[in-house]
Formats: sequence, C-alpha cells, structure tokens
Amino acid sequence: MTSYLIRRAVYGFFILVLVNLLTFALFFFVNSPDDMARAQLGAKRVTADAITKWKQERGYDKPLILNTNSSGAGVVTNTIFFDKSVKLFVFDFGRSDQGRDIGYDIGTRMWASLAIALPVFVVGLLVTVTFALLMTLFRATYVDFWGVVICVAMMSISSLFYIIGGQFVIGKLWSLVPISGYDEGFSAFKFLILPMVIGVLGGIGASTRWYRTIFLEEISKDYVRTARSKGLPELRVLFRHVLQNAMIPILTGVVVVIPTLFLGSLIMESFFSIPGLGSYTIDAIQSQDFAIVRAMVFLGSVLYITGLILTDISYTLADPRVRFE
Amino acid sequence: MPTRSYCLIALLAAWLLAGCGDGVWNNPYRGGDAGANILYSAFAERPKHFDPVQAYSENEYAFIGNIYQPPLQYHYLKRPYELIPYAASDMPKPLYLDAQGNALPEDAPADRVAFSEYVIRIRPGIRYQPHPAFAVDAAGKPVYADLTRERLRGVHTISDFRQQGTRELVAADYVHQIKRLAHPRLHSPILGLMADYIVGLKELAATLQKAAKALPSGAFVDLAPHALEGARVVDRYTYAVRVKGKYPQFLYWLAMPFFSPVPPEVERFYGQPGMAEKNITLDWFPVGTGPYMLTVNNPNRQMVLERNPHYQGAVYPAEGAPDDAEAGRLKDAGNALPFIDKVVFSLEKEQIPYWNKFLQGYFDTSGISSDTFDQAVQFSGQGDVTLSEEMQARGIRLQTSTATSVFYMGFNLLDPAVGGYTEQARKLRQAITIAIDQEEYISIFRNGRGLPAHGPIPPGIFGYREGADGINPHVYDWVEGKPRRKSIEAAKQLLTEAGFPNGRDAKSGQPLLINLDTSQTGPAAKAMLDWYVKQFDKIGVQLVVRATDYNRFQDKLRNGSVQMYFLGWNADYPDPENFMFLLHGPQSKVKIAGENASNYANPEYDKLFDQMKHMPNSPERQVIVDRMVDILRADVPWVWSWFPKDYTLRHGWLYNSKPNKMAHNTLQYLRIDAARRAELRHAWNRPNVWPVILILLIVALSFIPAIQAFRRRERATATQAHATHVAAEAKP
Repeated sequence: MTSYLIRRAVYGFFILVLVNLLTFALFFFVNSPDDMARAQLGAKRVTADAITKWKQERGYDKPLILNTNSSGAGVVTNTIFFDKSVKLFVFDFGRSDQGRDIGYDIGTRMWASLAIALPVFVVGLLVTVTFALLMTLFRATYVDFWGVVICVAMMSISSLFYIIGGQFVIGKLWSLVPISGYDEGFSAFKFLILPMVIGVLGGIGASTRWYRTIFLEEISKDYVRTARSKGLPELRVLFRHVLQNAMIPILTGVVVVIPTLFLGSLIMESFFSIPGLGSYTIDAIQSQDFAIVRAMVFLGSVLYITGLILTDISYTLADPRVRFE
Repeated sequence: MPTRSYCLIALLAAWLLAGCGDGVWNNPYRGGDAGANILYSAFAERPKHFDPVQAYSENEYAFIGNIYQPPLQYHYLKRPYELIPYAASDMPKPLYLDAQGNALPEDAPADRVAFSEYVIRIRPGIRYQPHPAFAVDAAGKPVYADLTRERLRGVHTISDFRQQGTRELVAADYVHQIKRLAHPRLHSPILGLMADYIVGLKELAATLQKAAKALPSGAFVDLAPHALEGARVVDRYTYAVRVKGKYPQFLYWLAMPFFSPVPPEVERFYGQPGMAEKNITLDWFPVGTGPYMLTVNNPNRQMVLERNPHYQGAVYPAEGAPDDAEAGRLKDAGNALPFIDKVVFSLEKEQIPYWNKFLQGYFDTSGISSDTFDQAVQFSGQGDVTLSEEMQARGIRLQTSTATSVFYMGFNLLDPAVGGYTEQARKLRQAITIAIDQEEYISIFRNGRGLPAHGPIPPGIFGYREGADGINPHVYDWVEGKPRRKSIEAAKQLLTEAGFPNGRDAKSGQPLLINLDTSQTGPAAKAMLDWYVKQFDKIGVQLVVRATDYNRFQDKLRNGSVQMYFLGWNADYPDPENFMFLLHGPQSKVKIAGENASNYANPEYDKLFDQMKHMPNSPERQVIVDRMVDILRADVPWVWSWFPKDYTLRHGWLYNSKPNKMAHNTLQYLRIDAARRAELRHAWNRPNVWPVILILLIVALSFIPAIQAFRRRERATATQAHATHVAAEAKP
C-alpha cells in the first residue's frame, strides 16, 4: 500500500508541475506584468514610471523563465517563474498583488468556506442517500414515480434560481432567516441555515437519481435475494446490505470532493456574502489579482489530487477485496 | 424520546431565543444593536487602499473621506459646489511670485507668475483618533517604538496593542504627507501630476528612489532627513506649499485625501519589522482626525466606522441650496457633528439580496439597479419620476442627482478613416453623432437615468450651459423650447458631403466599415452593442464590434489602433479644466499615455485650454469655455453621449441626506431615528412559520399510503409478495 501511495504521490507531483506550467503560461503570456500593474494601479493617471516601480517592487521586472544576466543557479532562480510558481510547491503563496499575505488570507477564509460546505456535504449526502434508498424501497410505486419526476425537475433548475428563490421565499416572504451575511463563531449559525437548505435542495435531484440507479442495480443481485429468502426485513436488506455493497460507486463521487470543500463555492459565497475562499477567488479574478488566482488554482489542484488518492484508500476500507498493486 | 434529543431541542430553543431577542428572526445584525444610533450601509467590493496617498477610488473614499481631515472640504448643502475650510482655519489665498521670488498682484497674468504659494493655517486643538502609535510611557517615550518580531508574536491586528494615545494635529503632519506623494514604495496616482506642480517633488522622488535602493528590501524609508523645497512648515499650525506657475485648481486638490495629515510616528510605527507581514499597515488601518475612525476592518465581512471621541467643533451648516429649507435639511443647523455613533458597512456583493434587505429595513439607503427599477420607480404621464406605491407605503424617499461624470464614445483622431481635421472628416463624425440616438439609449439602457450630453462639461460644473445656449447646434435644433435631434436625412446629407453617399465610398464604391473596440461583453452588453450597430445602419454605415478583454483594449488605446471606443470620466474636482483636459493635445494617449484617448489636437483649443485653466471662474472664463466647447462640437472628437443621473432611495427614518458628488465626509451630517427604524423592522419582518409546517405536513401525509403498502408487503406471505412483485414489474 505504501509503495502504491508513494507512486500516486509522485504522479500527482508531475500533474501539479504541468498544472503549474500551464497556469504560468496562461497568466504571463496572455497577461503581461504591465497589464497586472495597470489593473492594480487603477484606471486614472497611471504613468509609465508608476508601472515600472510597481513591477520592480513585486519582482515582475525579472525575465519570465531564464535570466541570462544572472550566473549559476540565478539563471533559473532569479526569474518570475521561480518566484511566483516554484515556491508554490512549498506552499509559499507569497503576497497578493495588493500586498497582502495570501497564506494568511487562505488560512482565515477557509473556515467560512468549510462552515457552509461541510454541512451541505454531510446533510446533502445523508438526505440524498436516504431519499434514494426510500425510492428503492418503494420502487414501482407512486413514490418512486413521482420521486423521479421531482428529481428530474429539480436537477433541471439552475442553482442560481434556488439561491434567488430561496432568499426571496425563506428570507424575505417568510422572514425566517437573514437573506445574507455572516458572523463569527456560534452567531454564524443563523446565516448558514439558508445556504445550507439551498445547497442541499439544489443537489437533491441529480444525486438522488444517481444513487437510486446504483441501489436498483445492486438490489437485483443474488446476495439480496439470499438475504430476503433468509427472511430479513426489507429495511434491513436495504440499509445494511445494499448500502454497504453500493459504497464503491458512492465513494468514487464523494471522497474526491472532501478536500476541495475547503475551496468553497463561488456562486453561493458571493450571493450569501460568505467570506470564504470561493468569494476570495472571484474577487481576485475580478480585480485581476493574479497572485491569488495562481495560488488558488494550485491549491485546487493539490486538493483534487489528494481527493483522488483518498478515494483509492477509501475503496480498501469499504471493500476488503480491493488491494493496491 | 431519549434524553439526548430533549437536550438538543432545548439547545435549539435557547439559540432561537438568544438569536431572535428582538422578535425578528431574519435580522442580520446582532440583537443588541436594535434601536442603537447606527447607520447600516454596504460595500460590494473590498477597497484596495486606505492610505490617503494611494486611495483614489469612490469605494475607498467612502471610508477614508470620513476618517481623514484635509485642509479644505466641500460645503455639504450648497450648489454649485463650494470649497470651505475643514482642518484649515480659513481659505488659503495664493501668493503669486515671479521667478526672482518677488510678490505679484492677484490679477497678474499667468505667464508672469513663476510660483504660487499657498499658506495654510490649521485650527489649533484638533486631535487624532486614539491609536497605539501615539501611546507614550511615563517618560513620554513611545510605547511601541522599537518592536521586534518577538514582541509581535501575539499581535494579529491593531486592536491587539493594548495601549493607545492621541496628540494634537500639527502643520508638520501635512508636510509629511505631501512628501509621502514621492515615497518610492507607495504608488501615488497623482505623483506624475503633482511632480509637475509642487516645487521639488520630482527631485525628492528621485532622491528617495535612490535612498530606498540602498536599503535592504522592505526596510523603513525615513522621509524626515529629506526636505521638500515646495512644502515647508511655517510654525506649529501653519505650512506653505509652493507650486509652479498659476494653478488655481490646487485648492480642489487640498480637499482630497491626498493632502490629509499623516503623522510621521504613525508611519514609523507601521514601518517596524514584522508589521507588514501581519498586514498591519497604514493601508489597512488608517489614522485620522476626522469624525469617524475605522474600528473594524474585515473586508471579508464587515467594516465599522465609529465616532472619533476627539473630533469636535464641527456643526451642521445653517445655509444651503434654495430647496434645502423646504426639504427640512436645515433643521439641524448649528448642532454638533457627527449625529450617528457608528456606521456598519456589511459585505453585500449582489444586488438582489441588497435590495431585499433594504426593503426589510436592514439597510438605510439603496441605489436602484435595472432589475429593481420597475418595482421602485414609475413615470407619470408627464414623464416625471415618482416612487412606486409600494415604496411610498414604506415611507421610502427618492433622491435624484446628476453625477459629475461624462460617458462618451470616442473617435481616434489619428485613424485615417474616422480621424483627421478635414471638413469631410468632421462631417462624417457629425453624421454618426446625429445617427446615434442618445435619448433612445438613455430610455432603453439607463431606464431614463441620464441626460444627453451636448459637450464634455456635465451640469453642476462651471462652464455648463442650459437651455438654448447649451445645445450642440451640429446635432440638435431648438424647437418649441427644447432640443430636437436632427433628422437622419440631415445625417445622410452630411455623410454624402463627407464622401460616403449611402454609406459607400464615393470613389471606390466600397461600404464604409467602422470598428468599435470595447471591453464590454456578456448578454447585457450584446443587446447594447446590437443597438449601436442599428444606429449606424440608419445611415448605411456598417459598425463592426471588436469585443476584447480590458487589458487588450487598453493596449489598443495606447498604441492608437482603435477607431472608436467607449470611455467615461468622473470628476476629481468641480472645474471645467478637469473635463477639458481629456481633449488637450499634450495629453495624447498615443504620445504620452495621457488621458486624451482620442488623440485630439487642435492648436486653438490647446491654447485656450492653457489660458482657461489658470483663470478663476468669471464671465471671461465662461467665454473661453464656450469657445472651446464650440471648437469641440465642430471637430467632434467624441460622440457626445450622456451624463448619468443617480437615483438613491432612503428610508424615512434617515434625515439630512443629500447627494454630494464631491464631498466624501458626508456621514457626519446624517441623522437617524433609530426607534422608528426598530419599530418598522419589527412590523416588516414577522416570521411566518406556518408555510414550513404545511409543507412538512404534506410531505409526511403523502408517504402514508406508501408506508401502508410497504407494511402490507412486509406482512405478506412469500406467494402474495411474489404476485405483487410480478404485477409491479409488469407495469410499463
């Protein structure tokens, strides 16, 4: 297992190198450091001197990949690529183009993202698996039929509609929770209810249908027939045997998401004014703060690769027959 | 029910009671704030800078305008805008000097004036907000002067410094800030401009640049040893600024945060090792003498301004514009400012939640987006704007004002097709200007919130003319007491005279194609751009829209490869010079990356500009401005588009509100009836639980038949169950 994990980590490292090269090329060949300087210095009265000074201070006046004016290791290290991209591998995110410490900002904001993403993930998973099992339990009845119809309808609706509709109905019409906002600590709870409800509702349609398909496939297998013939109640058959044996496809879609929960949701955080990493990324894109965008793309890649490795590990826990080779 | 479940329910109930103490459940603020003298506002975008030497955007000025105290300010109520003293004890008058330093009379011609000296006296007794940089020990030494990284270990924000102090504002603080304009590590957007005026600023910038290079990276750059020839301390409360030539607009700059005081010890405090790494900088935690101080700076969630306990002496104005008394805006005359204790700015990135929270009473003011326009505003048969019945029922008030801004569609005068100064070129541009129906544009895309522009100067700025005198005769006729756009036939005639009959080149027969470069993309922009294509099509000209990203668009402007483009300008100060310079030849975008993106250059206009910019507002100046506007109208470097009109809504419990496009210290004038607000919030936000109960009940009931069927199946014998199963499987 250890050698397998090491091998996966090495593969992951090379994927990160590629992602890093690609984002570097995108950011620095499509947008020059001059563009970044202008974006930060504003639209009014920007002089060439100010641009030069801005680039000098942030190290954007160096050559992109090779510094032929340097000697020794400086040829490689005294470059924008080394400063801005290679250091990401040791999680040195540096400072944003506005001068703030990116690592500090990420550390502060990820908790807000997690505060919403984690409950949505856990509650959403529980609700959708339960609904799917119920639909399987009541298969070929009106519950199953209307369940599928409702699921298809729900998955056809844009997530933006859920957000705006939810804010209007639950926040404004019924006045049950604040429409948007955030607070520290325990006071954050009342702000999280609405995004949580909307997040769960928005995911019910697609996930329930997916899990229902998995369970229906599983329920026609021999071991289920055996369990029933032993006289086990249907609920026990479903929740004990079917659910356990359907874990592999469920884990494939679920575990990979867990590490990326830290990154938050771009739209949700923006509409609910939740100061997480999703809105951090959106803000950075809007203000053309490429230092932050680079850091977030890199972090996203790291977390996604971590998620894939965790998925593999989870297979062995869910099904002892799975072995690493 | 298990004991654990009871505990959970009890906890939930306790939370509900604790969180909803004011009887409403959707209050986004803490329950204890209900009824407090707090103004609730919002911000959509995190401000980039709070350092007054760098800040230059509206969303930054919304905060620091209320924190810093420049020597001058704009009168809150009077229109046209009038400068009055703020920290200064009186209005400074320039002393004109010749090259030898001899005093010249007030009416000395600009070419004789080598320098203008502004001597500014500030009021004694003004004190800074409490701040750790001013904290001193028993011996009078600063408590936080020699901080080490070790001592900063437990410090994460400015409030982690326990001790605070204050001190009196002195003239040296203003001089220090003027020197900071040349600071090599700060990027003052006005350094380039001010270096041309303030004596010695350019040289100081070069000296400081060298000094900074000699220091280790990030080390504190001490400005104290470096003198600035053009700014000197006269005495404790007086300083003098010397600018080159005659520059009457300098007074307007003295009302902007760029010329606010910054105490040297504050800069030294923030410049200590380890502070920047913790994001504790002047750019994040401003220090001023104004009515408010920033006590919470969490742009991820909330920013809070609280009353500066040391701010005193300011009173509400006793006179204003003619309609102010009638509107009740003079009732507080003579009362001490500020009225409001605290201003809470919450992050609200999207318009729809902002609007809904405004209607719930959780924000005191709101703009009107196009999504909510019809809900908020209606037009009467006479075209007057009134509030909708829903808004009126809530006691909401509407305030409209014309912004000191201009939006235009520019021609690149260097372009061989649409540029040039021949009669044909002018006629082509005039034809296009007539064809683009700005009135229709304002109606469709701005919900009527704009005024068609007849020149570059917006209303409210000296030089703007109303009525028949103010119309652009090349585009409009004055008919029945109002301007009427010339007909498309007139535009087509001009196009024919320009050598493009029916939109085709008279010589080659080729259709006339004009490229419009824009960074506006997306569905909303598409509708607008399609509309422009149709306007050009009315005279047979083909408009090709070249959508591009903002950076490429700026590149194209700089290298002059555009034919037409969209831009706008917000006034820095209420003077025609601040608009006319956008077409001043030496400001050419292609030549010096200036603000003249049309690269317009007319020797007569340039000469008049140089003359006009040195003049005080007077009938003579108006004559020159009129002539300049006439030249522009004839040359048509821009399609004169529109001046935006701002519609602002405020709740009835907010008093003294008046749009002021120039002043940024306006929060101190606002007053709130917090009790009335709490009462209405309570009435508007009663929780409705029954729909949720109903939905849960319906869902639960809908499961009953299924559960019964399931139980029947569970109790059935194997044969019965098999029969049911086969029947179910047989269903399509």
